[in-house]
Amino acid sequence: MNLSKFFKNAFLVMLACLVLSACATKKVQNQMQGDVYTGTDTVEYLASGVPDRVFFATNESVLTTASRDTLRKQAEWLRKNSKVNVVLEGHADERGTREYNLALGERRANAAKDYLMTYGISANRISVISYGKERPVDSGSNPLAWSKNRRSVTVKAN
Amino acid sequence: MIKKIKLSIILLIIATVQSNALIEVDITRGNLDPLPIAVSPLSSDKDTNSKLIKELKIDKVGHKISNVVENNLKNSGLFNPLNNDAFLQKPDIAHLKPRFEDWSLIKAQALITGKVTLNDEKLRVEFRLWDVLAGKEMMALAFTTVPSNWRRVGHIITDKVYERLTGEKGYFDTRIIYVAEDGPKTKRIKKLAIMDQDGSNTKYLTLGNELVLTPRFNPTNQMVTYLSYFKNLPRVYLLDIETGVQEVVGDFPGMTFAPRFSPDGKKIIMSFAMDGNSDIYTMDLENRIVDRITNHPSIDTSPSYSPDGKFICFNSDRSGYQQIYVMKKDGTGVKRISFGKGLYGTPVWSPRGDLIAFTKLHKGKFYIGVMRTDGSGERLLTENYYQEAPSWSPNGRVLIFYRETKTDSEGKGFSAKLWSIDLTGYNERMVKTESDASDPSWSSLLSN
Repeated sequence: MNLSKFFKNAFLVMLACLVLSACATKKVQNQMQGDVYTGTDTVEYLASGVPDRVFFATNESVLTTASRDTLRKQAEWLRKNSKVNVVLEGHADERGTREYNLALGERRANAAKDYLMTYGISANRISVISYGKERPVDSGSNPLAWSKNRRSVTVKAN
Repeated sequence: MIKKIKLSIILLIIATVQSNALIEVDITRGNLDPLPIAVSPLSSDKDTNSKLIKELKIDKVGHKISNVVENNLKNSGLFNPLNNDAFLQKPDIAHLKPRFEDWSLIKAQALITGKVTLNDEKLRVEFRLWDVLAGKEMMALAFTTVPSNWRRVGHIITDKVYERLTGEKGYFDTRIIYVAEDGPKTKRIKKLAIMDQDGSNTKYLTLGNELVLTPRFNPTNQMVTYLSYFKNLPRVYLLDIETGVQEVVGDFPGMTFAPRFSPDGKKIIMSFAMDGNSDIYTMDLENRIVDRITNHPSIDTSPSYSPDGKFICFNSDRSGYQQIYVMKKDGTGVKRISFGKGLYGTPVWSPRGDLIAFTKLHKGKFYIGVMRTDGSGERLLTENYYQEAPSWSPNGRVLIFYRETKTDSEGKGFSAKLWSIDLTGYNERMVKTESDASDPSWSSLLSN
């Protein structure tokens, strides 16, 4: 009797542990797909429902499906607000040499710019600047922090 | 800013023993067996001392110069300066004629002695280098300069001693330009800073109002090229550190970065980024003519000339990942030279011409290494969480680079420091700076 009660309690404790740890891993997974950041911790909004930034995989400048979705929203918003110009700020994580990262940030911001242009935004409303790894949003030295830092941020210029 | 220094070198004894010296420093193995050397404090009489205290507010300048020499010799990893407490002979007497038994008793193999005097407001420093075992003078020189230059005299003495004992030119009368860093990692304040090779005489050249990166010395004069985000337009700038005058290099419609001078100091080679593509360009500083050197949809950056100016090494991701390439100075004959595992960046051609130093990233670790100019003979000198951007000492013997620390789980504990390492992989040491520091670049010898 006592013994079965003990096992029952032990089982419950173990179950609780499993559920908790599953939650923990799920949380990180929810914020990253592959090594691309998919969370919203650092994201700001140009307008309601229009996120200001897109994220990239390590060493990559290819736009993900989610990034393209974000940029289409930005393009729509820019079409509605035709007097607004923007700066696209390209960034890299801290795991690369400084000079290469400057080039990589420029490549990422231009990937975003090209996409906005295919959705009808004129090139002369968009300027581009790369900060390389100089302006991280997250100062952590871990994959999640790096994923938040590999980004192109659309900032109002006027 | 730095006055051109007229150092008149007077050879006291010309016919010293160039040929039959017995002591020699083995420089092929680094610091396994550093040479025991005694630096007897440079002596000065009371009159000189009291005048110098008035002028420099420093007591016993001779001792201070000896300390500079000792510190340089120790940091080279090739010498072991002996503790002054063990010295038996008085400095002024040793300078006239050492009692070699006294010095060999404390195991000194070489001895430096000297004297400081003040003539007509000029500091006159003479020194002698002695071979203790052979009981012979190896070298005797005297320098005259303004008293405020006393530290440089220490560096020049070290260069002369180093060259006499190793057979290679020294690197002590040199300076380092770097980026001084401050503030949180997400909002770093960066300023251009310059200091003597041993970390003294730090001066700040910008105020920190805009981001500045990657300063590099002109090998032939006191000009510096660097990247500045002035008015949020990242462009390569040219700065004269004597006058403080600066100007933008060229008129590019986008970011220019990764600048370096050609070996003759007449051109700047750099990357120009446009529409997501970075290629390598040069600009002639005399006629302002811009030449495009690479034309490839990949990222081509971090260019560095060979010392004869005929070749350029750079890094490119044209293979899919960052690797090192070599090409002729006109951009033809591009050849990949790095084939090891991992990514390769920041190639820098050695001033001796035979090696290329680089940064390598492999399995989450960063390495500083060297390889021959055809990519063979790769040697990794040091491994760490993050380090990059090696710069050669002017004699091609030592590399200086920067290293960043990993932050903890709360994102705290970040620091950036300068480190140096001998070409052999020995004698790795932190170079002290007043603040956090990155992007070091080594000057040429200020005097020869």
